[in-house]
This record gives sequence, structure tokens and C-alpha cells, in this order.
Amino acid sequence: MLFRGLSFTLSDGELLRVTGANGSGKTTLLKILCGLLAPEAGEVRWRGQPIDVLREEYSRQLVYVGHAPAVKDDLTAAENLSIACTLAGVSAALQAVRDALDAYGLPRNEVPVRRLSQGQRRRAALARLLLSASVPLWLLDEPFTALDTAAASFTGELIAQHVARGGAAVFTTHQDAPISSAVARVIELA
Amino acid sequence: MIAAIRCVLRRDLLLALRRPSDVATALLFFVIVASLFPLGVGAEPNQLRAIAPGVIWVSALLSSMLSLARLFAADHADGTLEQMLLGAAPLGAVAAAKVLAHWLVAGLPLVAIAPVIALQYDMPVPLYGTLALSLLLGTPVLSFIGAIGAALTLGLRGGGVLLALLVLPLYVPVLIFGAGSVDMAAAGLSALGQLQLLAALLVVSAAFAPWAIATALRISME
Amino acid sequence: MSTAIKWFWFASPQTFFPLAGRVAVVCAIGAALLGAAGLYVGFFVAPTDAQQGDAYRIIFIHVAAAWMSMFLYVVMAFWAAIGLAFNTRLSAMMASAIAPTGAMFTFVALWTGALWGRPAWGAYWVWDARLTSELILLFLYLGFMALQAAIDDQRRADRAGALLAIVGVVNVPIIYYSVQWWNTLHQGASVSLTRAPSMATAMLWGMLLMALAFWLYSIAAALARVRCIIRERE
Repeated sequence: MLFRGLSFTLSDGELLRVTGANGSGKTTLLKILCGLLAPEAGEVRWRGQPIDVLREEYSRQLVYVGHAPAVKDDLTAAENLSIACTLAGVSAALQAVRDALDAYGLPRNEVPVRRLSQGQRRRAALARLLLSASVPLWLLDEPFTALDTAAASFTGELIAQHVARGGAAVFTTHQDAPISSAVARVIELA
Repeated sequence: MIAAIRCVLRRDLLLALRRPSDVATALLFFVIVASLFPLGVGAEPNQLRAIAPGVIWVSALLSSMLSLARLFAADHADGTLEQMLLGAAPLGAVAAAKVLAHWLVAGLPLVAIAPVIALQYDMPVPLYGTLALSLLLGTPVLSFIGAIGAALTLGLRGGGVLLALLVLPLYVPVLIFGAGSVDMAAAGLSALGQLQLLAALLVVSAAFAPWAIATALRISME
Repeated sequence: MSTAIKWFWFASPQTFFPLAGRVAVVCAIGAALLGAAGLYVGFFVAPTDAQQGDAYRIIFIHVAAAWMSMFLYVVMAFWAAIGLAFNTRLSAMMASAIAPTGAMFTFVALWTGALWGRPAWGAYWVWDARLTSELILLFLYLGFMALQAAIDDQRRADRAGALLAIVGVVNVPIIYYSVQWWNTLHQGASVSLTRAPSMATAMLWGMLLMALAFWLYSIAAALARVRCIIRERE
């Protein structure tokens, strides 16, 4: 039993930050919000409807960036990003993919992700956010790990802009989040 | 949905291309297992000719199963499987695409190599056609059924052996009809009935396995 | 309306627990009585067969066990499917409880088949269609039990086993049919334990009694096991 009696509503333009010590259930909560895990009791609703009824309709409205960078080691960052977008039903022209990777400062040479550093891998995974402007809900699990200050504040800016545009975002972190231009509600898991 | 299927298919084929050793080892396994039997039962030509269809089929079955263990494991480990569960396309379609890619890389080459093994066993040349056709129809069924097992045993310790225990009993009909078709042809009878049964198994498994694989993946990922 | 309420009342493991206990005891007694009757009929009342002598008597255990093994697999798959579809814990527990009994009957069928085969056909194991199907059925049961044993998370174990059982039950007729065909292809109709054309009526009675006894025993064993599972989990 990780947590009980948790109840909250997230509206458009709201930013939610989930904090807690290691093992307090932050990732589990996020996975429940995604629909990857089923809660033992209670339910998650999106715009009034339970998500297990909505299934793919709900999945299309969210972007989930988890702990694992979700990139294939043997493919290049560009290939990974276009595949991720196609699978998510988001259109991704080659130029848009290039631009997203450039914005995150990833090298232009076509190397397999295997040869990139941890931080670069994380950035390759987060580059997806630049192509997900139209996706209402962003669920990010520890997005700032392994990032240097520049990349971390860039990511923070992205999240803030998304929320300012009317999207919603939930992110977990056990450290301070470099998001200065948006105020986040905080839920702390004991 | 079609775009997602094409995308996953291309992705898996691209990955297989970049790691050709994985593909090659499974095929090599097929050849090695088939070569073991004469060492075990003796090289008497008539005996070899009689057991050839069965041996080739069993070797194909084992080789296919060996490569299936890895079908979802890599995606599960690096988090891409999670993204597929959250994707816009139905999970069944994505699973079917992965199975198709697996078959193209691990099943279809078996059909190509089988005549070489048949040569080793001095199988009469007219039977090659039936053998190839039976493998062509049967190996996709093996891929589909095996994928269900691979999805159920995702991330479990003792995975490969457990997968074998789960999946081999389900492989029996394919083996019987596959090897049986060649035996019928060898006896001078028509193999059409068995081949039609294999085709029926293929249609049924292609229709229902994707649902089972998707359900199994969701169960395993919870 | 009241029957519907009663149904769901017993769907909770806690309330099912005492009921299971009472039913198990009744069935166990019934099984013992019918079993004794069946054994008496099979071993003493039925006449000695003209061709196979007294050794054929084991058939009434063999056939009854084979029937039970197949029947139990279907029942197990049924409970597994209910558990998967409606997310009820008790159904999944019933499926897990039935599996070992089913596997046992499969093993008994194989064993008695071998004991019959030796005096009848001179070999302990003949690749007869029914024996081969029973062997594959045993693997299906063992696979189910192995899969559940290999998964630590209880919910995943229940649901994974359920899916496997459903896939298995759909395949069982296909497997049976294919093994039948395989048998005719390779051995002709000569060696077959399934053929027992003219069986004395008394022997049929013996088989029926044993089948009923096995059925009651299965209910008793499964209920007893499910009580253990309930106690373990809740």
C-alpha cells in the first residue's frame, strides 16, 4: 500500500508537482494517471469519463515521459523521435524532428543513441515535448534528472509555456524544479 | 492505425538489420539442431529420409521459439513497450506488426534454409515444394502463438524455459499438420488437406492472437 | 431478485469460506461412498473379459480419470475467464484451486493407461491418440501451474494464468483432433486404447460410478484448496 485517500482535480492551465521521498509512490501515481496501472480502489477520469472506458482516446490526449528514456539504442535520435511521434498519432515531418533535436542541442551527426551520454539520451526523449504542443496533458516522471542546468531550465520553460497555452502538466521530482514562470500546485506523497 | 503498423514493422526490421548477429544465431541454431539428429540416430539413409520432415519441423519450431523469447524483452527493458501501450494505435495492431516483423526475420529464412537441410537428409526433390509450403504456412502460426507466450512471460525469471513449457503443447497441431503434410506427400497421397488445415490455423491465429497478445502485454505490464 | 443477491453474497471470499467447508465435507463423504461402490463393481461385479482377462479392469479408473481431466480443464478455464472478465478474486482462486486436481487426474489417466497397456499390448506406453492427448493436457496443466508459480504479483499471476487457460481451452479440441489424425497416419487403427467396443454393462456402471466419485472428489479437493488459498491471501 503506497498511498490512500488521494483525490484531486487538474484543470486546463494547471501545473501539478508531485513530490515525495524515494519509494513514496510518485512513479506509481503517474502510471495510474496514464492508465498503465490500475488502482486498487478509486478511478481516474478525463473530462468526466473514466479512462478505462476511453482507452486509446485518452492515450492520444497525453504524453508520458517516464524514467526510462524510451529510445532504442540502435537507432539514431531522429529515427527514435519520428517513431515516437508516429506511434503517438502526432504528425512529425522530418524538418520538425530535426528542429526539435537542434533546440535541445543534440548533435546533428547520425549516431545511434547508444553512443550518446545519459544526459543526451534524456534530452532526446524530452525532445518529444517540442512536438507535443497540441497534446493537452503532459505526464513527466522526473524530467530533470541527468540534465545540466541549461537543459533543465529549458525543459522547465517548455512546461511553463505548455501550461500557459492552456495545457495541463503533472511532473514528479524529489528536488527543486527549475520552473520559475509558473506556479505549481504541490502534492506530497508521504 | 496503418501508419502505426508500418512504423512498427519498419522499426523492427531496421533494428534487426542493425544487429544481424541476433538473426544469424537463430538460423544457425536451426541448422545445428537438425544436424544433431543423424549423430543421435545413425546415418542410415532410409531412416533419415523417413524422419526428415519431422526433424526439420521440430528444428524450425525450436529455433522459432528461441528467438521469440526476445520479442518483447528489449522493448520492455528500454521503456518503448510502455509507449506502445500508450500509443494511438490499438495494441493488438502493434503486436501483430511486431509478430510479422519477427516472422520475416526469424521464420521466413527457415523456409529458405530448409531445402539445404532436406538435402542433408536426402529427401526426394518433389517433396521440397510441400515442405516449403508447409513451413511457409506454419511458421507464422508459430510466431503468433509464441508471441502470446512471450507476452505472458515478460520479465519473469526462468523466462525462456517457462516460455517453452507454455508454448510447446500449443505448437503440437502445427507440428502434426506440418510434418504430416510432407509425410502424406512422401506416401504418394495428397497433402492438400493438411496444408488447408495449416492455412486455417493461420487465419484463425492471425485473427485472434493479436487480441490475446495485447491482453497478455497489459497483464504483464501492470 | 433475492437469488441474485444470494449469488453475489457468496462471491466474496470471506462469506464463501464457511460454505466451501461444509460443501467440501459433504462431497468428500459422497466421493468415498461412490468410489467404494465403483471399485466394488469394477473389480468384483463386472465379468472377466474374454480377450484381456482381468487386467482390463483398470479401464474404469482410466476412462473416468481421463473424462475428469478434460472436464476439469474446461471448468478451470471457465472460472479463469469469469475472473478475467469481471475482475472477481474468488473466480481466479477457484481456477488456481482446480488446476492441481486436474493435473492429478491426468497423471492417473496416463498411469492407468500404461498399466493397462502392458498386459494388453505388451508395452507400457503406446502412442495412442488418447494417451498422447492426455500427455499434452498434462503439459497444459503444468504450464498453468508453473506460470502462476513464477509470478510474484498475485493479481498478475491470476490474470496471466487465466489468459493461458483460455488460450489452452480453445486449443484443446484442435490438439485432440490433430493427435487423432496423427495416430491414424502413423499407426493405423490397430493399437488403440480408445476402442472398447463391447464392454459389459456392469463395467459401464463401474465407470459411471467412478466418474461420479471423481467428480465429487474434485469438488471437495478444489473447495478445500480454495479455502487454503483464501486463508493465505486474505
